[in-house]
Amino acid sequence: MAIAKREFKSYVNSPIPYILVTAYIATAGYMFFQQLFIVRQADMRHFFDNMPLLFCLIVPFVTMRLVAEERREGTLELLLTMPVTDWQLVFGKFLAALGLMSLLLVLTLAFPITVAALGPLDKGTTVAGYIGAILMSGAFVAIGIMASSFTRNQIVAALVAFFIGFGLFLIGALIGVLPPSLAPVASALSIGSHFQNISRGVIDSRDFLYYVSIIFVCLLVAQTTLDSRRWR
Amino acid sequence: MTDKVMIHVERLTKVYGHGRPAVDAISFDVRAGEVLGFLGPNGAGKTTTMKILTSFLAPTAGRAQVAGHDVYDDSVEVRRRIGYLPEDTPLYKDMTVLEYLEFICDVRDVDKEHRRGRLRRVVEQCGIGDKLGKLIGELSKGFRQRVGLAQAIVHEPEVLILDEPTSGLDPNQIAEIREVIKAIGQEKTVIFSTHILGEVQATCSRVIIISDGKLVADGTPDDLARKSTGAASILVEIGGKRGNDTDPLGLLRQIDGIEEVKAINSTGWSLSDRPRAAQFRVVAKSGVDPRGDIARVIATANDMDLLQLTPEKASLEDVFRKLTTTQGA
Repeated sequence: MAIAKREFKSYVNSPIPYILVTAYIATAGYMFFQQLFIVRQADMRHFFDNMPLLFCLIVPFVTMRLVAEERREGTLELLLTMPVTDWQLVFGKFLAALGLMSLLLVLTLAFPITVAALGPLDKGTTVAGYIGAILMSGAFVAIGIMASSFTRNQIVAALVAFFIGFGLFLIGALIGVLPPSLAPVASALSIGSHFQNISRGVIDSRDFLYYVSIIFVCLLVAQTTLDSRRWR
Repeated sequence: MTDKVMIHVERLTKVYGHGRPAVDAISFDVRAGEVLGFLGPNGAGKTTTMKILTSFLAPTAGRAQVAGHDVYDDSVEVRRRIGYLPEDTPLYKDMTVLEYLEFICDVRDVDKEHRRGRLRRVVEQCGIGDKLGKLIGELSKGFRQRVGLAQAIVHEPEVLILDEPTSGLDPNQIAEIREVIKAIGQEKTVIFSTHILGEVQATCSRVIIISDGKLVADGTPDDLARKSTGAASILVEIGGKRGNDTDPLGLLRQIDGIEEVKAINSTGWSLSDRPRAAQFRVVAKSGVDPRGDIARVIATANDMDLLQLTPEKASLEDVFRKLTTTQGA
């Protein structure tokens, strides 16, 4: 918990999250209001549809420094000689980054509020969409932490995280072109199609399990990477 | 309490990849209240040994225990009981000193009641009182080192492990850090590595020298100095007047407690017009102090003056060079 607190504070003190949050709100806001004014349609679907790709771009920048920087600065060594387990360390960092993403999502509540002001808001799908958004952020964050644990170079960490995330996103985009026998597999692996399911208002245990298992597996890999220094 | 074994190292070996072992079957024990200096040339395996003791790395073979807990199997217990300052003092540069120390208290579970008292104490001990609100990244190397030290002692660990705590500091800062180490060493067990020999003589109650991953010496600084020359040696300088041909070498050799006498300066004791002076190195038989006898013999001899009679202690430098170079080849 101390680690999560420290990481979160260090986000507050660093310029990166502000840039990212601004960039995200600006992009999502542009898309939202374009929809609103040009198509004259006020709903949240569009906002949620763009979310997987945008998160796939943003989250790597949030997570890239989490382990890589500590490795480069040598503070990782000090931290790993304190009475915290590798899992607590990884999970603390996960919570901090997820906290930042939640904060970002809170800021986007401006969009549903706008929609509600202009007409009927489908509360059910909006709430479901936000739940899905948190789960999906968690998955991207976990991927990012895993990537960050592999290297001492933040750029490498960001790129690796991006490619893994983008790969999982792309699988979903390919569903239409794939032969029908492979389509279900692709949709099962896709980070986007699970999100779509949830944001449609159907919270299925399969979708929930998908994100939770991505989070768990990635954090486990990150923990194992940290622990690998002690293999003999 | 004083003879409780705090660190037990048994045939500890660490091999990186497929190379030569960085640490090769080292064994030693450190008791509570000892300040142990860990000496060795760069690359001798000091840092690796310390990283294993802090359970950051796992040993390839052998084992190590800190306060009775194995560094591999029981590493969280070990980590609870140690304070560690790695080489180069890695700290979070984007935190202030106070924030950082509070974070360490959080991670180390220093409970709220004791926290303020402990913080006040280490801040005073390390002399960082007026830097608490500063960002660590803005501090000078000396102050960073002190913050690093404060971090290592704030939870009052039983064992303190410091990797080159004085490297890169100016002489005043070195002296201050040493004072802190000494003060801590009164109650706790301290291991610190260094390649500055004066430091060891000034602070340690015991020295271990490693070279090429092997332990080559273990003892008090004085022990080691004595070991290098074998026995205590004495420098004798004798002056004489012109026309005196008594050979002081002969005189010295007659003395009972003396094992060996060697003339040192090349001019020797020869007939010449200059006032004569000659130096001899006398090695005493073990357990005998022949200085009284030497003085008496020279004083009663004809026309000879005793100019100097100095017990020689080999400096730790000599020991160090001797032990670490013969082993290296």
